[in-house]
Amino acid sequence: MSESIMPIAVLFASIFTSNILLTNYLGMCSFLSVSKELKTSTGLGIAVIFVMATTTPLNWLVYQYLLIPFGLEYLRFIVFIIVIAAFVQLTEMTIERYSEGLYQSLGIFLPLITVNCAILGVSLFMVIREYTFLTSFLFGLGSGIGWFIAIIAMAGIRQKLKNAKVPAGLEGPGITLVIAGFMAMAFMGFTGMITLS
Amino acid sequence: MTKNQVRKTLMEPLGKNNPVFVQILGICSTLAVTNKLQNTLVMTLGVMFTAALSSWTISLLRNHIPSRIRMMVETMVIATYVIIVDIVLKAFYPEMWKQLGPYVGLIITNCIIMGRIEAFALQNKPTLSLIDGLASGLGYAYVLLAIAFIRELLGMGSIWGFRVLGSWWTNWSIMIMPPGGFFVLAIFIWVIRETIMKEAKNV
Repeated sequence: MSESIMPIAVLFASIFTSNILLTNYLGMCSFLSVSKELKTSTGLGIAVIFVMATTTPLNWLVYQYLLIPFGLEYLRFIVFIIVIAAFVQLTEMTIERYSEGLYQSLGIFLPLITVNCAILGVSLFMVIREYTFLTSFLFGLGSGIGWFIAIIAMAGIRQKLKNAKVPAGLEGPGITLVIAGFMAMAFMGFTGMITLS
Repeated sequence: MTKNQVRKTLMEPLGKNNPVFVQILGICSTLAVTNKLQNTLVMTLGVMFTAALSSWTISLLRNHIPSRIRMMVETMVIATYVIIVDIVLKAFYPEMWKQLGPYVGLIITNCIIMGRIEAFALQNKPTLSLIDGLASGLGYAYVLLAIAFIRELLGMGSIWGFRVLGSWWTNWSIMIMPPGGFFVLAIFIWVIRETIMKEAKNV
């Protein structure tokens, strides 16, 4: 399967046609809670790109060279989570070291990256779709960029929305989901350009 | 542990403290499979199983886990139960397992499970935590099953794979595609917040 898809096509497909957030609903929790502010969203988005682009090929190596030779494929959930958690810790320390302000504004959300479904999801998709090393890197990178674009767009829209009158019951998560629905429809416009599965 | 306490623990997640409506937690992994009732049922059963048993396990261990590494321990416990779900599905329902793809594994990152452990199981007795996990799983399951029911009915004219709407029905294919999930959940939250939440506020 992996031979038939060009690696670069995977990159674009994971950004547009198979956006991890808008077509697979992954990473919704942090998406809904963080997208209130553009600045925080940018920070988290970049962190997600970094973590996805690094953990996916890393998990690929672990899966191919550790889990398969020892017949431990069923342990992949636990192993992937550990790799991801270690990397998130690294990201957290890096941000804390270089950008005090960003660290403050991201606050409790950085540890939440570990339980961000999208990160683990990308690694699991990578296993199921039998990607090569290069393809998994591009897939991770593309999915991160896709998530970034989605949260930035959402944060921009939500800032404008502050001045709008929204029915009381729809305020907050409700209206965010409606917008996400429209965004998903907009992204469906890319369907057919490249297909992934 | 009084009877009243059990009742409260059991009923709250089903009603005014529903994890999906109030906290909007944990929709990540399961919303993706709500385009069919069968898939949703299997996934929510998996979530219920994992939520109940991992709450119970963590509660048993709560006095022995150093608080610095508790997140890691919690994740390991959750992952263990998810692996059990995965293996059982693969062995007995390989077709279903293939359809669900990576989503079974993603139960690990379901925020509800981790959330209940953090908020409840770390402070309460094992039996009560088991009930709490189960109730949260149930509160979660019925909402998602309702969403799946609407999506499958409107999107394919069928319920549980059987066609119930006649040939006059034109399938709303948007319903079984990703945007449908967002819209149905949004409308659900809207309706619930306008009705139940308002009542709760007035009381």
